[in-house]
Amino acid sequence: MNLARSFTALNKLLGFVQISRTCVAQSHSQPALTAETYNVKRGNYSTANASDLDAFRNIVGDNNVVTEASELQGNNVDWIKTVRGQSTVLLKPKTTTEVSRILKHCNERKLAVCPQGGNTGLVGGSVPVFDEIILSTQRMNEVISVDPFSGVMVCQAGCILEKANQDLLEHDLIVPLDLGAKGSCHLGGNISTNAGGLRLLRYGSLRGSVLGVEAVLADGTVLDCLSKLRKDNTGYDIKQLMIGSEGTLGFVTAVSILCPQKPKSVNVVFLGVDKFEDLLLLLRKAKQDLGEILSAVEFVDSDCIGLVGKHLKLVNPIGEYEFYMLIETSGSNSQHDEEKLSSFVEDIITSQLAKDGTIATDFNKMQSIWKLRESVAEALTHDGYTFKYDVSLPAHVMYDMVHDTRKHLKGLYNSVVGYGHLGDGNLHLNVTCPEYNKTIASAIEPFVYEWTAKHNGSISAEHGLGFKKRNYISYTKSKESINFMMKIKQMFDPNMILNPYKTLPGNID
Amino acid sequence: TMARVLVGVKRVIDYAVKIRVKPDKSGVVTEGVKHSMNPFDEIAVEEAIRLKEKKFATEVIAVTCGPTQSQETLRTALAMGADRGIHVEIPADDYVKTGPLQISKIFAKLAEQEKANLIILGKQAIDGDNNQTAQMTAAVLDWAQGTFASELKLEGEKLTVVREVDGGLETIDLKMPAVVSADLRLNEPRYATLPNIMKAKKKKVAKLTAKDLGVDLASSIEILEVADPPQRLAGIKVENTEELVGKLKEAGLV
Repeated sequence: MNLARSFTALNKLLGFVQISRTCVAQSHSQPALTAETYNVKRGNYSTANASDLDAFRNIVGDNNVVTEASELQGNNVDWIKTVRGQSTVLLKPKTTTEVSRILKHCNERKLAVCPQGGNTGLVGGSVPVFDEIILSTQRMNEVISVDPFSGVMVCQAGCILEKANQDLLEHDLIVPLDLGAKGSCHLGGNISTNAGGLRLLRYGSLRGSVLGVEAVLADGTVLDCLSKLRKDNTGYDIKQLMIGSEGTLGFVTAVSILCPQKPKSVNVVFLGVDKFEDLLLLLRKAKQDLGEILSAVEFVDSDCIGLVGKHLKLVNPIGEYEFYMLIETSGSNSQHDEEKLSSFVEDIITSQLAKDGTIATDFNKMQSIWKLRESVAEALTHDGYTFKYDVSLPAHVMYDMVHDTRKHLKGLYNSVVGYGHLGDGNLHLNVTCPEYNKTIASAIEPFVYEWTAKHNGSISAEHGLGFKKRNYISYTKSKESINFMMKIKQMFDPNMILNPYKTLPGNID
Repeated sequence: TMARVLVGVKRVIDYAVKIRVKPDKSGVVTEGVKHSMNPFDEIAVEEAIRLKEKKFATEVIAVTCGPTQSQETLRTALAMGADRGIHVEIPADDYVKTGPLQISKIFAKLAEQEKANLIILGKQAIDGDNNQTAQMTAAVLDWAQGTFASELKLEGEKLTVVREVDGGLETIDLKMPAVVSADLRLNEPRYATLPNIMKAKKKKVAKLTAKDLGVDLASSIEILEVADPPQRLAGIKVENTEELVGKLKEAGLV
């Protein structure tokens, strides 16, 4: 299969192929090394030696220092298999103290460290670029406390999102965020990347729902900002720096989150329309008629439905349309919610604002409909090498970006799809091609970033900058603010050992 | 001759919900808990509608028994394509004591009244798990029965049913009229699309009581207690076979 794909791709690109730097990255084998694919130089860090490994074994125990290459394969590669690091050491601490001792040692020895949670990030931020020591939160998975009255949960950074939700069930609470990666992602990683997800529309950003963070700084200092208070205006809010800094300012070891009530009544509606403008009209009507119970508004285009059908055999419950919209409501009274939903649905069908649709009548059907949206990323991995873009744009131009990208990349792609958090103005633009190559890469970037900047959007709405987007930060942030970010980084991590080559632009390193 | 199909649907706690026993052990918590149509009944409705679409049936009548909220389930059946509904209203207090015996008598009477010649039911409800209603209904009517159906074919007066049994698949021919109970692999139920949900609001739903049908709801079964299954105790690890045998002897098991 691999060979056949290479030939087909080669034929397609005849005339465009630059023989010297063609890299083949098929979807089911190892991607090329990041260091060989990208223009990046290893920083002036030490290399871990035998006495470092002994020191680590002393701190976390022999079983929790992994140096076997085969065991490290998964930790060196990102989930979408586009980058690959060369780390030879993985550490698995259990407590904040262990993390503190490890980082103190690494700082003194100038050893670079790559913090790693569930490794579900989509911008290459969670895997090493060179031989950074991988510091994993996988054993730090204890829920420390849950207060059923205030709704505050305190837990270690390695708690898996889905598991935390299950633990909260007995208190009728839920974690205030939800994303496709929930079965694998760690809360520490979610907080470090200020993850957005499917329910930001309802519960807001983590910057609001995270009440406290405990993080270990580069020199081993434990920064305890683990408050459980809803309101605390005493001084500068340093935890906000930890949120979204992608592990470059501190290693998050514990979080305190305000968890909302588990809704008593959930409903899911799936609609089909033929024009993007109709999606926006439906969104506005949904806000008017369902406002206080709206918990998610997502869209996918017809290509997405085609891909999940083709690669994952997921069935489309309604007819074929250009665009599909998923609306979820969450409320405290099923009768009230069903009345609201019923009259909303009657209006949109009578006025033909929606051409077709279905309401999920049981949990099984709700999950099936959600799967159509949540599995798009997985389906894309079966469609070829995926270039993923996650942008914030004004609503009315959102899909124009998809049209323009298709025109711009004519003949080079397998699929160009658009989907995402319609309610938050966040488009996920994805381009798949038979294999990674510099031709298509240079056609796509900086085109998508320029397009976004032209409309004053964000080049990374929720995925963060990681490794892959660090050098494009200036498309959205001013030179002055980037300079101050560098100053803050230097203050928190003078030896630059925390997650180097990530988040901030490379030419300043 | 084409079939007139009666389909039974039951409103049950959604199968994805975590069931909680009431503190007084009289039953399970149903207040504020998500309910939906019994999954096997959905399959039964789907099969009935497919028969109509293939022109083997003239009419599909959905029937439910229970308190007021049971009507929701009828609406779902109508939205899937059933022609009309019948709600046999049973007040909540009586409903707790109602089981397959009473329901089967109701279905039998309705079948006679509506001149139905085919009854399709789900093989069992996920709350009672009795798996008796279809069989009892056939017995009361003295009709043929094909239970655990994974395939159904209607040709004039002959009904061919492939049944899922312990030993594999059994194919039987039934002479109409007949009662069929639907098993999991009979079909994949359709989603109710919005235009059909709208149309369903205009479909007729008749309301009856058990008394109207001359059926006595008296039950000879009384629920004494509902309790959680015993908590599964954690196991222990042993180092070797000697220790294993030692522990087994300690527990008096060998």
